[in-house]
Amino acid sequence: MHSLAFDVSHTLAGGLVLISLMMLYQDRLYSLLNVFALHALVLAFSVAWQAFIQDAPHLYVTAVIALVFKAIVIPVALHRIVKQLGIHRDIESAVGIGPTMLAGMGLVALSLVLMLRVTSDADPLAREDLAFALSVVLLGLLVMVTRRNAVSQVVGFMSLENGLVLAATGAKGMPLVVEISVAFSILIAFIVIGIFLFRIRERFDSVDVSALDDFRGERR
Amino acid sequence: MVVISDIIVQGVQMLLVLLLAPLLTGYVRKIKARLVRRQGASIFQPYRDLLRLMRKEVVLADNASWLFRVTPYITFAAIWVAAALVPTFAIGLLFNWTADLIAIVALLGSARFFLALAGMDVGTSFGGIGSSREVMIAALAEPAMLLIVFCLALVAGSTQLSTVSHLLASSYVGLRVSLGMALVALFMVAIAENARIPVDNPATHLELTMVHEAMILEYSGRHLAMIEFGAFLKLLLYVSLIACVFLPWQIALYGSGTLSYAIGAGAYIIKLALAGFLLALFETATAKMRVFRVPQFLGAAFMLGLLGTLLLFVSRSF
Repeated sequence: MHSLAFDVSHTLAGGLVLISLMMLYQDRLYSLLNVFALHALVLAFSVAWQAFIQDAPHLYVTAVIALVFKAIVIPVALHRIVKQLGIHRDIESAVGIGPTMLAGMGLVALSLVLMLRVTSDADPLAREDLAFALSVVLLGLLVMVTRRNAVSQVVGFMSLENGLVLAATGAKGMPLVVEISVAFSILIAFIVIGIFLFRIRERFDSVDVSALDDFRGERR
Repeated sequence: MVVISDIIVQGVQMLLVLLLAPLLTGYVRKIKARLVRRQGASIFQPYRDLLRLMRKEVVLADNASWLFRVTPYITFAAIWVAAALVPTFAIGLLFNWTADLIAIVALLGSARFFLALAGMDVGTSFGGIGSSREVMIAALAEPAMLLIVFCLALVAGSTQLSTVSHLLASSYVGLRVSLGMALVALFMVAIAENARIPVDNPATHLELTMVHEAMILEYSGRHLAMIEFGAFLKLLLYVSLIACVFLPWQIALYGSGTLSYAIGAGAYIIKLALAGFLLALFETATAKMRVFRVPQFLGAAFMLGLLGTLLLFVSRSF
């Protein structure tokens, strides 16, 4: 028989995978940022639900961090960066949307197959969370690989990190220090990437990373 | 005695879908008109249209073959049989053993096959373009539909609609993200298959956007009435499919009394009204998309179906 705890966490984690796939589908920068904010919001709900069912109050802190930083501060900051750089146009993707979606489905299937084989005698809740978290991570990597625009690569990186948080909260007994340090390292990475964005923009008048290849003397 | 009552209930079901189908379309049109602050035609207008078309003379092209003349009846019959198989107010009816989701998809597919052939039969350019677009949409919608069927079959362990409906009405199946995805995907497929607004708009005759309408442009009189009636029935079929699979509340079980059949019928009409209202709301809120965007729209439906099927393996992992 199914329990409500499993059903709700399954729905939230599955929703996170779905929103990752929606991120692959977007072709406008602003809508990509909005989808990313939604991703972080669902992550915050998922972590809060884990805190509730695992009876682990420190996870509420993680949920609040996810809500404040990832769902509000970082999307707003990225919105401002996009506006300042004046690049609110279409996202140029290296691969078309159709093949990207198919690759995304393949990655989800791969991570499910892998996790279900490897963790065959773990707790079903942790098992399901790990499988979803791996697919979120792989989809974040796919976003980074298939997009040429540096801002959307940042979004891919952030969504990858959301997958890491999901995996960390699904496993019982993860100390708070680890989560906070992961969150802060991501924040610092975000700041560094933001500075780099402005440097790339100053140097090349564009945030298309293929300009970097030309600079290095590589022919495409 | 049991056999006779079975036949009666199944007959009531077949007549019910036939009688309600134009009403549903009229109701959706009325709601759409009211939402854009127009008065709109009466909700019984589709019946009058059908009667008027029935009385009119049939104009046939000189080079129309027998296929062109039998296609309206074939499509109507196939869609009516499919609509009679979907449980509306009761499950476990006489035709239950054939009420297989794959059979319903196949019936609808064969209806569309004949319609596409007939569109090309007379040899006008509009018929050809309509058929080719319709077949393109169908070729994309069918895999998505089959994935939804697989998703449901994995949940219920059967592709029989009565079994699926019975299982989902019980409390055995909890909250499932796969079912939510299947619902959204089924909604998208239903919109594409019924030529509703983001994919196609049968109310216009603009050659850039016509899909379904271009294909049946050569038809007139009672042939056109049959095809229109088939289209009404198809909308009702998809709404009933969504209702019986995802909202199976108050549906009557096999062999229960007349009262529970009446309650089931009342609940079914309420579900239809709700679905029609939501459809009208959705159609008013969205704009028609370009024909070349349709593959992306249906690709999203396909993806949702596939994802739902994949996620099922995780949810039953214990």
